[in-house]
Amino acid sequence: MPDLAPLWLSLALAGVTTVVLLILGTPLAWWLAHTSSRIRPVIEAVTALPLVLPPTVLGFYFLIILGPGTTIGNFWVQVTGDALTFSFSGLVVASVVYSLPFMVQPLQSAFESMGRAPLEAAATLRASPLDAFFSVAVPLSRHGFVTAAVLTFAHTIGEFGVVLMVGGNIPGKTRVISIAIYEHVETLNYAAAHWLSAVLLVFAFTVLFLVYALKRRLAIRVG
Amino acid sequence: MTKLTSRLCCLLCVLSQNVNAEEALIAVATNFFNSAKQIESSFERSTQHQVTLVSGSTGKLYAQIRHGAPFDAFLAADQERPRLLEGSPFGVGNSRFTFAIGQLALASARPEHIKADAQESLRQRPNGPFAVANPALAPYGAASREALQSLQQWSALEGDIVLGESVGQTFAMVATGNVQFGIVALSQAMNPVHSNAVSYVRISTLLHESIRQDAVLLSHGKDNLAAREFLKFLRAEVTQALLLDSGYGVE
Repeated sequence: MPDLAPLWLSLALAGVTTVVLLILGTPLAWWLAHTSSRIRPVIEAVTALPLVLPPTVLGFYFLIILGPGTTIGNFWVQVTGDALTFSFSGLVVASVVYSLPFMVQPLQSAFESMGRAPLEAAATLRASPLDAFFSVAVPLSRHGFVTAAVLTFAHTIGEFGVVLMVGGNIPGKTRVISIAIYEHVETLNYAAAHWLSAVLLVFAFTVLFLVYALKRRLAIRVG
Repeated sequence: MTKLTSRLCCLLCVLSQNVNAEEALIAVATNFFNSAKQIESSFERSTQHQVTLVSGSTGKLYAQIRHGAPFDAFLAADQERPRLLEGSPFGVGNSRFTFAIGQLALASARPEHIKADAQESLRQRPNGPFAVANPALAPYGAASREALQSLQQWSALEGDIVLGESVGQTFAMVATGNVQFGIVALSQAMNPVHSNAVSYVRISTLLHESIRQDAVLLSHGKDNLAAREFLKFLRAEVTQALLLDSGYGVE
């Protein structure tokens, strides 16, 4: 059996990224779904941009933007004492940007398809906007939340080019499973590559299967 | 009493050794990673130091070093990147040296395709794709093209050539039988794990510019004893013998 540390690291990265994106992506998707602002298409386009650049190129720009010599990188060093690049935190920042469209787009369409009527009904019952959001909008868009979270999680697990560049393949710190597999292939260690890939596929299938199975049960019970 | 004294001595010994023991993070070009791992284990057996190896392509590792990667030393696949680092704030001046010289092999998954020498094998080659590492990206690729040009086979092959992103990818194309022929690193072809999958014949080093692989101490590891000792160990006789056995040339 190969060393499984990269698998746990990938899971941690995908978990943290999904949580961060749920917190950041939800208000953004909400705003995009309800605003009539003229800059909305601009923000929508920016949100989709991480899909355009090849991941290694995107990773290269993260190196430039987050490096210790830059404003962001320097700020991070001042606050935490550690460099942002070649660290787990750096991987999280890069993954949040890289997976942003996978969180925002399903949420936005869920919010849009819900429409304004349920919220207006809640408002007539004197629900505050925040209350209406959590007790009306969130339950009504739960499928959107599940889809967005699953896509974000899976996309981050499979992430490769960006983390290879920003993370630097450091064992125990930034060597996630996709990089470990790539390294086994590139160093001709095919047997270890097969093992890790099999572990990853079985694990990913199990998680996705459980999520989709639960989603269906959720729908039957509530709907 | 004497027993106690000797135990104390032992303890002191261990403690003092641990005080001197350091850890280094060493960036290694992927093509050298397997050899580097062997060197690492014999290095760690003979010293108190610990090194962690990080593999990547020479170009990516170079970009990472220039953007603050915490590597203490760099074992590249070429001379250019260590030279650039040596002349920059990221490398330590006068620390660069050639630790290995790469060699090429013509390889195939089918033993009957490999004749007595490379020239003969190329002349009798079957039609079909021919794998070479991308000359623009991989030093082994540039040397492969030179060798084929010296053998006056490059133009005949040109339409059949498929490019691997690295010499590792090129080897995979050959070892999986997806291409009949390819030019790979001799060290890959000689790797005992793949002796059943691949047959090969050496390509003379006279046919191409030598693939000199340089190492350089990085500013991050300037005062790191483990990194300095590891670089010294690369030049030790025992290491050079190991490299010769694994398909590299040495100075």
